[in-house]
Amino acid sequence: MVSLLRNQKVRNALLQVLYVGSIAAMVLAGIVIARRNLADQGITSGFDFLFKSTGWDVNFSLLPATANDPYWWYFLIGIINTLFLGSVGLILATIVGTIVGLARTSSNDLARLLGRTYVDIFRNIPLILQVFFWYAIITHLPTPRSAHEAWGFLLTSRGLYIPFPNVGSAAFAAATVAVIAAIVLPAWLGRTSRLAQPIGQRRAIQLAAAAVALACAAIILALGRLPDTPLLDFPALQGLNLRGGLRIPPEFATLAIAIAIYGGSYIAEIVRGGFKSVGTGQVEAALSLGLSPWRVFTLVRLPLALRAMLPILANQYVWLMKATTMGIAVGFTDFFMIVALTINHSGQTLEAIGILMAGFLAINLSLAAVFNRINKAIALKGNQLRG
Amino acid sequence: MEMVVVAPPAPGRLEDLRRRFFATPLQAVVSLACLTIMVFLVWKLLNWAVFSAVFTTSGGPEACQAAAGACWSVIAARWRIIFFGLYPYEGQWRSALACVAVVVMTVLSCIPAFWTGRRIALVWGAGTGLFYVLMKGGVLGLAHVGEEAWGGLALTLFIFVTTCLIGFPLAICLALLRRSELPWISRTTGLIIDGVRSLPLISILFTFAVVLPFALPQWLQGDKLYRVILGSALFFSAYQAEIVRGGMQGVATGQEEAAMALGMRYWQRISRILLPQAMRNAMPATINQFVISFKETSLVVIVGFFEILASGNAAYGTGEWRFAYVEVYAFIAFIYFIFVFSLSRYGAFLERRMSVSER
Repeated sequence: MVSLLRNQKVRNALLQVLYVGSIAAMVLAGIVIARRNLADQGITSGFDFLFKSTGWDVNFSLLPATANDPYWWYFLIGIINTLFLGSVGLILATIVGTIVGLARTSSNDLARLLGRTYVDIFRNIPLILQVFFWYAIITHLPTPRSAHEAWGFLLTSRGLYIPFPNVGSAAFAAATVAVIAAIVLPAWLGRTSRLAQPIGQRRAIQLAAAAVALACAAIILALGRLPDTPLLDFPALQGLNLRGGLRIPPEFATLAIAIAIYGGSYIAEIVRGGFKSVGTGQVEAALSLGLSPWRVFTLVRLPLALRAMLPILANQYVWLMKATTMGIAVGFTDFFMIVALTINHSGQTLEAIGILMAGFLAINLSLAAVFNRINKAIALKGNQLRG
Repeated sequence: MEMVVVAPPAPGRLEDLRRRFFATPLQAVVSLACLTIMVFLVWKLLNWAVFSAVFTTSGGPEACQAAAGACWSVIAARWRIIFFGLYPYEGQWRSALACVAVVVMTVLSCIPAFWTGRRIALVWGAGTGLFYVLMKGGVLGLAHVGEEAWGGLALTLFIFVTTCLIGFPLAICLALLRRSELPWISRTTGLIIDGVRSLPLISILFTFAVVLPFALPQWLQGDKLYRVILGSALFFSAYQAEIVRGGMQGVATGQEEAAMALGMRYWQRISRILLPQAMRNAMPATINQFVISFKETSLVVIVGFFEILASGNAAYGTGEWRFAYVEVYAFIAFIYFIFVFSLSRYGAFLERRMSVSER
């Protein structure tokens, strides 16, 4: 027996079994105890509850939702809300971050100082404090009767009202897809392998593709317009309330602003790091070839910086997606808040937590997969020594 | 033949200014735009925060609300609740002293002379012990104050310190387990680390605060505060473990092989050869992780703790100071800023120092 324990292989196998076994035992014991505790409270475990109606409302949803809808529909709404808020926050944060990051790498001392102040302030204050701050600001805006108005936009304590095209929701969704295609298609066509033409002629095809997609969007909007209404619907005061336009609820606006500002300060640092990593020799070589500063930027600095930035940026985007869970602080029904509400109302604790984990795992893995594809597509091909 | 080097004449001050900010038309436009934005913002801010602000409580909330600028009276009237939360009034000096103890401890551990395993453990053990005794009382004639009455800055610091104290050793264990040569140990640990990393912190805090009591036997549940700290420590350690592992990968394999050839045992190799070098490599990222986790302590407000953010909400939320939310948030943001900014500047300093010594 003792000699068996002295055997390295046996000992290793035993160690592994012990380690994995004890962790599995802990998890299993937890689940068993939880099931018994929940059963004592009259809650039967299982996923049957997914098909029962919830009996409570969500305050934000892109899909139609009533209190009679089943739980699985609410989880779907939660995921879509998280993804929607996440993508809006992500796009805004990228815009803010790019501007601030470029300011930080500019040759102008004043612009650098401005960018640095921005990053130092907003990076060093917790996101949730910023969320509370913006929520307090927005909910203390004037009532609809005395709203701030500018170019058809209305700022009120009940949300932000913006002019919106008078079209059906299906037509609007189709038009959105067309606009996205107008942006993605030229980039997709720009990959060397897709078109045989040399670069000069390729540009014309890319432009044509974008134009066709945009024209499609315009046609869809024109056809999908609701009968007997103007093309753009401006919000206006009617009685005590505001009518028309699109209302962005305060909760959504708060989170989008906070994520844009806070995430922007992080992305600015990533952008700065990316541009700093471009070797001065590369830029000098491009300048000595006679390229104009603008072309040096678009043809040399930007592509090289993008390559260096992308892996870090991908991490940051995953982080921003997870930051949407701040929604619970202001009452925005994101995925996590739906899970928390489900636990409160139905008591199906274990199942809801399982769904939460699976949901975030799926979101993170798909984001990572997308960025791995992009990364692979723009990585330098072949073996080369870089210095 | 001798070369004569003639230095170009040094530019005058005006010429220097022109070259730096108005070299090209574009530069001039950018400079002027930035200058306008800066002057506008600084003037607005100063005007609000200093020139038209009210600093005394003498006029009461009404006079303060009528003023054009900031109403700092709310801080003067409510600073105790922001800093100490619901801690008993006569014991609040203890809470303040406990915060000082933690700050001193943090400053001490930033000094290179304390960077040996034993010294840092001593400093942190003493600091945390002092904090706990001062806050909890029950000994040395101090009145007993239960955890449920802790609040404000002290609670924020307590959660941060205990998170690091539990999370850091746990992170090293996880990192060592993940690089184990036994495939099932490293795979299982990897699964745990990646699983925790893929979840948002709020959901982990929520699970530990609300869901865990169902899954634990009665005698293991403990106080909600300690469960939440455990959750936040787990989250911290999952991220820190990857940082430590990165640091370990930066240590040349020859180092460990040499140690093995000298006949050092596993623990000796880890504690004398691998970890010191790995921690050195991982230092900047570690400081960054501390900064992040300090900011993230504020999330416990969501599971119902009365830390500094929640006590700020309470400071303006009730009664006559309802209008002064901007001032309260600005004040709390300033407190966070002091802590986080100094820590991150220290991290940047460390990074510079290390890059110099490597050359």
